[in-house]
Amino acid sequence: MKNSLLSKKNRKLLSDPLGDQNPITIQVLGICSALAITVQLQQALVMSMSVVFVMVCGNMIISALRNVIPSRIRIIVQLVVVSSLVVFVDQVLQAFLPDVQEKLSVFIGLIVSNCIIMGRLEAFALGNTLWPSFLDGIGNAVGYGWILLAVAFFRELFGSGKLFGYQVFPDAWYEAGGGFYLNNNLMILPPMALIVVGVIIWVQRSRKSFPEELLEEN
Amino acid sequence: MKINKDSNIFTFSFAILMVLVVAISLAFVSESLSDMKKANKIDKKKINILSAIKVKSDRKTANQLYSDYIKKSVVVNSVGEVVQHKNIDSLAFNIDVQKQYRDKTLSKEDKLFPLFVAKKDGSEFYITPMVGSGLWGPIWGFIALESDCNTIFGASFDHKSETPGLGAEIRESFFEDAFIGKKILNNNNQFVSVDVVKGGAEAGSYHQVDGITGGTITSDGVTNMLKNDLEVYNNYFDKIRE
Repeated sequence: MKNSLLSKKNRKLLSDPLGDQNPITIQVLGICSALAITVQLQQALVMSMSVVFVMVCGNMIISALRNVIPSRIRIIVQLVVVSSLVVFVDQVLQAFLPDVQEKLSVFIGLIVSNCIIMGRLEAFALGNTLWPSFLDGIGNAVGYGWILLAVAFFRELFGSGKLFGYQVFPDAWYEAGGGFYLNNNLMILPPMALIVVGVIIWVQRSRKSFPEELLEEN
Repeated sequence: MKINKDSNIFTFSFAILMVLVVAISLAFVSESLSDMKKANKIDKKKINILSAIKVKSDRKTANQLYSDYIKKSVVVNSVGEVVQHKNIDSLAFNIDVQKQYRDKTLSKEDKLFPLFVAKKDGSEFYITPMVGSGLWGPIWGFIALESDCNTIFGASFDHKSETPGLGAEIRESFFEDAFIGKKILNNNNQFVSVDVVKGGAEAGSYHQVDGITGGTITSDGVTNMLKNDLEVYNNYFDKIRE
């Protein structure tokens, strides 16, 4: 069997971006939204899901059209595909999750310029068939998403003492209630997202050594 | 016949077809969701109006609370004369002040200015909508004045696309709450409005609030918005005060 649906190669497409080839921690792409919308888990979740949707659909559309797209305007075609998917997501959010849409505001629009998406369309979907493109899309978008959620988890927990908007630390812990604890306001500010991402990269690299070294060995 | 994929004709046809497909499908999506978006906007407007008189509401409770608190609607023209209308409540609520603001062909005399009278804990409040320009797009808000038509009881602001973390902060409570207790008239009962001041308000001033660091243009937008719109409503308030 040359190409079973979940052959080793295909599984790698799915699993690599989650870890060894993670778009945020290894390729350091899509950082700006990772800093901006990770204050609360709910926003990060909606953002991740939007990116999964745009990434997967974009990858599949481009892959399906890869033999038709005129190469001279392929970047424009990619942009149009991605931006119409993004407008679609934005419209759906406006109708069904207006409060989240308001908070995410410009960042939904900025999915268009998320380098992960354009990068995957250009580097992968243009040269691969539907199924691998689908897997690659899911892999990269989820690889992006779980970092977002991980960062948001720490920022919301320590920044506002909540998870998904529900209070985690009891009132009695707080100074107002006679306790010892204060929310760390620094967590709410964008620099902390960078530091949290940095810590994740640090942990990942200390376990897997440096991807640059791996490249040289190969 | 084999199509030459690199020919100009193919490239152009592809581009045109693609744009058509995208435009039609997005227009369809936008149209089919428009009722829900409209309902969301109405809820949001009610939430904003209510938050000007410090009544917290969410999308579920906004309708009920709005009818509990907002007792009367008034529509005035640019010199403060009351406009008569059969169904004044729905006229006042449905005036799209933003559309009016954008419409450059409309002269100030033709514009209508809605005003909502709320009753909370026994006292009356006048809630005035306002609209202006921020850095990237429209900003708008509601100011609630106490029954002296002078002291600000509460303010709520919102925006379309100001920079998150900078100008977008105008809708945060620290900024809105700074307006509480400010006065729109000076000691001689002349209209002076309230200014958002870069570098910080003078201590004890009734007519200044702190600007937002990094959001100067949005802050100035709020200043101008207050000045322009409150001036109109002040014509009407002058008549009440007499």
